[in-house]
Amino acid sequence: MSSTNRTVVVTGIGATTPLGGDAASTWEGLVAGRSGVKPLEQEWAAEQAVRIAAPVAVEPTEVIPRPQARRLDRSAQFALIAAQEAWKDAGFEAKAGEDSSVDPDRLGAVIASGIGGVTTLLDQYDVLKEKGVRRVSPHTVPMLMPNSPSANVGLAVGARAGVHTPVSACASGAEAIGYAIEMIRTGRADIVVAGGTEAAIHPLPIAAFGNMMAMSKNNDDPQGASRPYDVARDGFVLGEGAGVIVLESAEHAAKRGARVYAEAVGQGISADSHDIVQPEPEGRGISHALQNLLERTDLDPAEIVHVNAHATSTPAGDIAELKALRKVFGDDADHMAVSATKSMTGHLLGGAGGVETVATVLALYHRVAPPTINIENLDPEAEANADVVRGEARKLPVEGRIAALNDSFGFGGHNVVLAFRTV
Amino acid sequence: MAATQEEIVAGLADIVNEIAGIPVEDVQLDKSFTDDLDVDSLSMVEVVVAAEERFDVKIPDEDVKNLKTVGDATDYILKHQG
Repeated sequence: MSSTNRTVVVTGIGATTPLGGDAASTWEGLVAGRSGVKPLEQEWAAEQAVRIAAPVAVEPTEVIPRPQARRLDRSAQFALIAAQEAWKDAGFEAKAGEDSSVDPDRLGAVIASGIGGVTTLLDQYDVLKEKGVRRVSPHTVPMLMPNSPSANVGLAVGARAGVHTPVSACASGAEAIGYAIEMIRTGRADIVVAGGTEAAIHPLPIAAFGNMMAMSKNNDDPQGASRPYDVARDGFVLGEGAGVIVLESAEHAAKRGARVYAEAVGQGISADSHDIVQPEPEGRGISHALQNLLERTDLDPAEIVHVNAHATSTPAGDIAELKALRKVFGDDADHMAVSATKSMTGHLLGGAGGVETVATVLALYHRVAPPTINIENLDPEAEANADVVRGEARKLPVEGRIAALNDSFGFGGHNVVLAFRTV
Repeated sequence: MAATQEEIVAGLADIVNEIAGIPVEDVQLDKSFTDDLDVDSLSMVEVVVAAEERFDVKIPDEDVKNLKTVGDATDYILKHQG
């Protein structure tokens, strides 16, 4: 096998999300069509135009010992919880080196977030103003730096082949996983722990996104507010959490007899070069990413039966993506069950690509596509371009090799498409 | 009113427990912050700031490096508290 084009597989999965404190409970919530959105009860929420969000189901401080938790930003806490679950799920008993089946020099970590340690930055600024210079935590910088989740996960698993943090707003988590696939494919590493995390439920990001008119103001119906593809969709609902997977060269996984969830076929990447926040309305950039995926991999569109869409529940973005799928795949788009899991988890920004990759891989593994909830009136443009899984989960073909895509797009015009298939 | 040696050790034990998660009964005069109590250099800054507040004392950065053990810190606070 060529050392520059190695097959990559997924051998471990972890998550902490608005639907559950681990990947299994998250998956259960997704298949059941459960919403993780709640009213914001904090005092500061009263004056906000947006008073709903999707907080994690299990507080990280219930999982991570206090001395460790107090020196980690919430986004790094989520990443660490998801990474430790994925690491254990992949069959490792200790960090690299201590577990002799992993060579630290061949292990990497790539965890991304869209905004980084924003709550640490803002909380410590409050401390500075209210209590003075001396009281600002000496842990502030290592907590707020955007590479903190990646670095802390790298430390936890003992990664020495490289620790990276690609940043591309809401495409960050997917870009991290794409980067990790390349690290293994090109021979830089045998195993990479990869994913996305975000913790931005704080008055400033909510005020800012709210003023951009990007968020749903459907405060009266929290669970029904995130409604991708519905004609009345009015913006995303902010979620938080992390999704992390363990990627491994197929050869390394086979040698240690690891369970393989799916093959990570590869990625397609493009940039819109259109607007700093608005998606290109015809989905040209997304089409370009999908074409890039087909050019760079041996993926057969006939095998793609499921798409975990980016679909955040914004009026413009949801349809542009479906148009691109139709444009690139033509009639093959007819057999792609499209799910917008953000209808249940909310939008985890840089965490979305991680959590939705977990959902995509589990959809292939269990051969079930989770639903898009809250569609009362399907947008005719969605109906014309795609087969949206509405209301209830749908079984995928029980036999033969099947593939699925996870789309993630970010402010700045970043487009990342990841492809997985059964083994 | 100035704190007694016993009160200072108890206060430091609370602070170290909060910051490093070490049981309060393990925080004794002869214990080293870094070697015995899992207090690294950044966390030592936190311990110092918390002690300054609790015992109304100023501990300049140049003196912090001399506070190796709980006993060192206790003696320093006894001598300098306001």
